[in-house]
Amino acid sequence: MIEILTDRPDLAKVDVSGVKRAINIGLVAEEGIAPGDWVLIHVGFALSKIDEVEAKAAMEFLESIGKAYEDEIAALRDSEIV
Amino acid sequence: MRFVDEFRDADKARALSAKITSLCEPGRQYKFMEVCGGHTHTIYKHGLEDYLPENITLVHGPGCPVCVIPMGRIDDAIHIARQPGVLMTSFGDMMRVPGSGGNFFDSNAEGTNIRMVYSPLDSLKIARQNPDMHVVFMAIGFETTAPSTAMTMLRAAKDGIDNFSVFCNHITIIPAIKAILDSPDLRLDGFIGPGHVSTVIGCRPYEFIARDYGKPIVVSGFEPLDILQSIYMLMVQLKEGRSDVENQYSRVVPWHGNPTALRAIAETMELRPYFEWRGLGFISHSALRVRETFERFDAELRYEIPGVRVADPKACQCGEVLKGVLKPWECKVFGTACTPETPIGTCMVSPEGACAAYYNFGRFTRTRVREASLSTVDDLAASARRVPS
Repeated sequence: MIEILTDRPDLAKVDVSGVKRAINIGLVAEEGIAPGDWVLIHVGFALSKIDEVEAKAAMEFLESIGKAYEDEIAALRDSEIV
Repeated sequence: MRFVDEFRDADKARALSAKITSLCEPGRQYKFMEVCGGHTHTIYKHGLEDYLPENITLVHGPGCPVCVIPMGRIDDAIHIARQPGVLMTSFGDMMRVPGSGGNFFDSNAEGTNIRMVYSPLDSLKIARQNPDMHVVFMAIGFETTAPSTAMTMLRAAKDGIDNFSVFCNHITIIPAIKAILDSPDLRLDGFIGPGHVSTVIGCRPYEFIARDYGKPIVVSGFEPLDILQSIYMLMVQLKEGRSDVENQYSRVVPWHGNPTALRAIAETMELRPYFEWRGLGFISHSALRVRETFERFDAELRYEIPGVRVADPKACQCGEVLKGVLKPWECKVFGTACTPETPIGTCMVSPEGACAAYYNFGRFTRTRVREASLSTVDDLAASARRVPS
C-alpha cells in the first residue's frame, strides 16, 4: 500500500506488481492500515492485512524442514556403507 | 519479504514431500479434499500431485463459485438483461458460462448490454455515467466476494444512487462442506480449508468438521509450499489421531476472520431458505439474498425472475466432478466436446474450475507420471522416518 487518498479516506493507492491503482480499504480500516503494509486484494477491496510476523514464522518452519532434509542428504552423501 | 517467491522454493517442496511420505502408513490410502478452486488451480499449475506419494489423492471440491452456478440462474440473468433500459455487469469469468440458450456473449450478440467489471464498485461508476439506464450487477462468489457487494450497496445507499441494483447469487461455504460430508459417495480423510473465504469468516465455523465428523481441516494459503505444508499438517494430525482446525495461512487469515466484512454482509444480506447448486442440488441456508431494508437494490424484486430449473446437458458431468466423485478426465466429454474455448460445463470455464485447470496445464494423464528426480525423495523417505516430525 502506497498512500491513503487525502480526499477519499476509504480509498488507497496500491502497487500490484508495478501497476498502481486505487482500491477500497473500508474492510481493513478498523484494523488500521498504513503505507508500507501489504494487503490481500480481491475485486477492488483490501480484504486482509498480511501479517509479516506470521509470514516469517511460516518461512522459519519451512526452512527448518529444508534444513533437516539437507542434513539428511549430506549424511547420505557422506555415508560409506560397506 | 514479498510473500510469494519464498513460498515457491523447489528445495523446500522436496523436503516437505519427504516429510509427508514419511508420515504415510504402509497400505493406507489418504484422500484429502481441497475445497477451494484457487487451490485446485495451484495444484495443477505447479504439478503438486507429483510431489505426493501415490497413496495420497487430492479430491477437488465445490469451491469454484462460477462452477456451482446452475444453468437456470444464467438464464435468469439474461432475462433481466433483456428488460428495457437494463445494463448488466458481472465478473469476466461469468461471460462464457453457458445458459440453456447461450452465454452472455451470445446474449449480447442478440442485443443485451452485459459488461465485464473488475469490481462491483465499477458498476456504480457505470451507473453514474448512465443515468438513463438501470445497472444490475450480477453478484456471484462465496463469503470472499460478498463483502465487496455489501460495501457497494452501502456506498450506493450513501451516495443516493438509485439506478443500481444487485442480482444476488452469493453462496456460503459451510453448508456445501456439510453436504459433501453427508454424501455417501465419498470418503475423505481431511480437508485443505479455503484460504480467502477464511479471511472473512475465520476458522471457527469449521469446528464442526473436526468435532462432529472427526476430520482434520487445515486452512491453507495458495502458494505451492502453503498447500504442501497443509497436507503435511493434515498427515501429522492423522498420525497423532487428532482432528483439529488448524491455520497454515495465519499470515493472511485471522482466527476470528474480518468482523467489518461480516457486519457489512449482515447489514445488507440475509440467508435464503435454500439455493440450488450445480452438482450438489438444493442446499438449505446456503446462499444470500438482499435484505429487506435494502430492497431498492434487489434486482429480484425489481424484475420478474423466471426461476426455471434447467437440467445440465446430458453429456456434462460437472456435477460429479464438483462432488469429487469423478476426476475431470473421467468425464466423457473432457477435452473433446468440452474445452475452455467451447465449454459445455462450468468446470471448464473458470480458471478455478478443476477441468480447466487440468486442461490448461496439460495434466490429464490417467496414470500419474512422477518426476524422475523425485525418486530420490522417495528413497530418502524411508530413512526420514527415523527423523522426528
